[in-house]
Amino acid sequence: MGFCAFLLASSPSVAAEIAPTKFVTPNGITVLVLEQHFLPIVEIHALIKTGSAQDPPDKAGLANLVASLLDEGTTTRTSKQLAEQIDFVGGALEAKASEDFTTASARVLKKDIDLGFTLLADVLQRPAFHKQEFERIRTQLLGEMASDNDDPGHIAMKAFNQLVFHGHPYRWPVNGTEETLNKITLADVQAFYAREYSPSQAILTIVGDVTLEQATALVQTHFGTWKKGTATARNTKKPSPVERRTVQLIEKDLTQSTIVLGHGGLPRAHPDFYSVTVMNYILGAGGFSSRLMDSIRDKQGLAYGIMSHFDARLMPGSFWVNLQTKTETTNQAITGVLAEIRSIRDAPVSDQELSEAKSFLIGSFPLRLDSTAKLAQVLAQVEFYGLGFEYFSEYPKWIDRVTKEDVQRVAKQYLDPKRYALVVVGNIAKAKVKN
Amino acid sequence: MTWLYSRHIMQISWLIAASSLVFAFTSPATATEPREFILSNGMKVLLVEVPKAPVATVQVWYKVGSRNEVMGRAGLSHMLEHMMFKGTAKYPKGTFSRLIRKNGGMDNAFTSQDFTAYFENLAADRVELALELEADRMQGLVLELSELTTEREVVKEERRLRTEDDPQGALVEALFAQAYLSHPYHWPVIGWFGDLDAMTLDDLQRHYDTYYSPNNATLVVVGDIKADSLLPMIKQLFEPIPRGPEPKPIATMESEQKGERRFLLKRDAQVPFVIMGYRVPNFTSEDSYALDILDSILSHGKSSRLYQNLVYEQKSSLAVGAEYSLLQTDPGLFYFYALVSPGQKPEVVEDALHREIKRLQADPPTEQELQRAKNQVEATHVFEQDSNFRHAMLLGQAESVGAGWRKIDQFVERIRAVTTKDIQRVARQYLTEDNRTVGTLIPVPPKQPEAPSTAAQQGRP
Repeated sequence: MGFCAFLLASSPSVAAEIAPTKFVTPNGITVLVLEQHFLPIVEIHALIKTGSAQDPPDKAGLANLVASLLDEGTTTRTSKQLAEQIDFVGGALEAKASEDFTTASARVLKKDIDLGFTLLADVLQRPAFHKQEFERIRTQLLGEMASDNDDPGHIAMKAFNQLVFHGHPYRWPVNGTEETLNKITLADVQAFYAREYSPSQAILTIVGDVTLEQATALVQTHFGTWKKGTATARNTKKPSPVERRTVQLIEKDLTQSTIVLGHGGLPRAHPDFYSVTVMNYILGAGGFSSRLMDSIRDKQGLAYGIMSHFDARLMPGSFWVNLQTKTETTNQAITGVLAEIRSIRDAPVSDQELSEAKSFLIGSFPLRLDSTAKLAQVLAQVEFYGLGFEYFSEYPKWIDRVTKEDVQRVAKQYLDPKRYALVVVGNIAKAKVKN
Repeated sequence: MTWLYSRHIMQISWLIAASSLVFAFTSPATATEPREFILSNGMKVLLVEVPKAPVATVQVWYKVGSRNEVMGRAGLSHMLEHMMFKGTAKYPKGTFSRLIRKNGGMDNAFTSQDFTAYFENLAADRVELALELEADRMQGLVLELSELTTEREVVKEERRLRTEDDPQGALVEALFAQAYLSHPYHWPVIGWFGDLDAMTLDDLQRHYDTYYSPNNATLVVVGDIKADSLLPMIKQLFEPIPRGPEPKPIATMESEQKGERRFLLKRDAQVPFVIMGYRVPNFTSEDSYALDILDSILSHGKSSRLYQNLVYEQKSSLAVGAEYSLLQTDPGLFYFYALVSPGQKPEVVEDALHREIKRLQADPPTEQELQRAKNQVEATHVFEQDSNFRHAMLLGQAESVGAGWRKIDQFVERIRAVTTKDIQRVARQYLTEDNRTVGTLIPVPPKQPEAPSTAAQQGRP
């Protein structure tokens, strides 16, 4: 029996065998098709290259409001009719904006594939933006915004982004703020849609129990008449760095302090992305094997969850560590986080840490692609960020060539224990955060 | 309802956790049937071959959850789940997750009222490693006081995060405490602070010795495996583990509720929240199928009655839902919840919920609504198999609550047989005033801090 051998095995060298077909329609839609015939399901996933980063500064939340209104009525179907039709076949129809892009997707059984295409095409090409639905959804979003303030993690991230992305389009939450959302008019919504939603801005990914021929024909039938638009200029701007230690303390009657600490990061397409991924895994993204988890949770018992993140976006994103700890141990936890940030900059990681991080990142790659929905999302994003489909076969190599020197170099370059933003939400009077 | 507390944050939102599990049933037309084996020591093994991607999930389910605890030791099962990562003689502390991780896998665990489960998601050619490690910690766990002392603090932080500082979490906890007076569903899976502080190594050891045995466990593996070649490995690893004592059945049952119970929770919050629980039967009753369809008609999708009326038409709620899981060891709650829109009164929202229930009691749903609900159930069966993890979870849950995985196969047939009259009948029988517990979260202004400091402060450069 071979299990003992596994304990000694070196990095698993699995690459995913993912070979989608890509083509561009005459009206400019980029189409990706991946056949998966194990289950009779189809995921039709549209990525539109616009998001909250394209919001006018005083109208943050516009991209999200537009996305939220897509399935609230078209020129041929009311909000309720759309809901009834997709619900009747047990499918799902969803639209969602993020910073860099917006997605709209339909998930149906194979037998309902035509309905899936029909509804998705309808919401993308013929949204009605009825006045009444516009007001209703805006009120709903404002209500959700109020309710979000019961979540200390949400409050902390909102404050953190305003410090780190000062004067930058990533500054505001995707759904905007009470003030900016109230400034948006129906005309703004219509103009944003007319400007940002067009075939050349769309990546349409179809994954599931469908043949390439079928998918091609369905795209032609349902999206072939979508009128070409003109590409608009993108916001591309580098956020200005956090220039000194900046602290924001937010009082809330809580038993724990929610802590977010960090600063700017790097864009997704940056060549250092893979070295940073390995470094961040060792620091705080590696679950129970990360340094932060080992120190803050397992040795000191200060937190249930602690993690570090590099959110690499189209424009440079951010780096942050977040955790919750009881009010009394707020300073101890912050000190612990900063110590780990300094430590990974000051000394090389061990050979064992490096090899374990790499073998996890390489070995777990197929887990990121193990469902139809995940495949559609990852394919669309690989295309969006321009990574090339060799991403699926080359990822292990890109991770494997990261050296100890690379890890320390990117730690020094992308982590800063002196110039950072710190947000604490909780019982501030009692936490006595050192300033 | 499935109440999950995991060793580390999992991407499962508490309000939607249950619904996504309940409907993930195996549809024989589209996927491989589980292969069932019983080992010589009584352990049940379920293997499902899914060759669509080179990955697999390994899950070990123990029939022990907060329902197996006693007064004064609430949270013992969940605490033991945390301690299960503290090592054995063969694989000392830290080794387990490190080995899984360096082999490209992810491991975690979760505890509910009815069960505790451990899992590893990993490449299919690493399944043996997960099996080796799970077999090892089924016996011979090393429990040390210093580790308990630290982990107790971690669990208390988890309780602060999920309940103390989460108004809705606190309301749900109170709902169960009110709806169950004697049955252990009364206390929360995470436990009370006092009980966590009182827990000893002896308590943990006793719980481990009583419930962590092969005859109280189910092993589920779903993924790109071959059952015939995996079974000898499983036998070799698990059969040497001796059969343990048969755990005593839980004697405490809940008597019939005779009259509505109501409670308020007043705390710092942005908007009110209403929750309403009705005591209903579990999978052992034929009525569970009609209740399941009833749940779907009321709350699944934006065309459902609760969304259309409370959110879309009346705009009194930001979010609304109903939850029912028939896969519970003992009869659970069919509960409704509504997140009240700013400026709206919780009484108005509660009345609107009652009105929807009364409508179903007065008139059966339309055939169209019934058909939609059945279609939703059937489609969800297929969608859920898209994830090995979800698929295995459903099998493990069905086994652990005593329903058995074959019950799942009958589910679709039973659902197809439900009529509009059945739905009206169960609405009349169970969703009654005397059988309900209603909780309302009332926002109050926050306590004034000793020193105001909400303004941004610039630190020293």
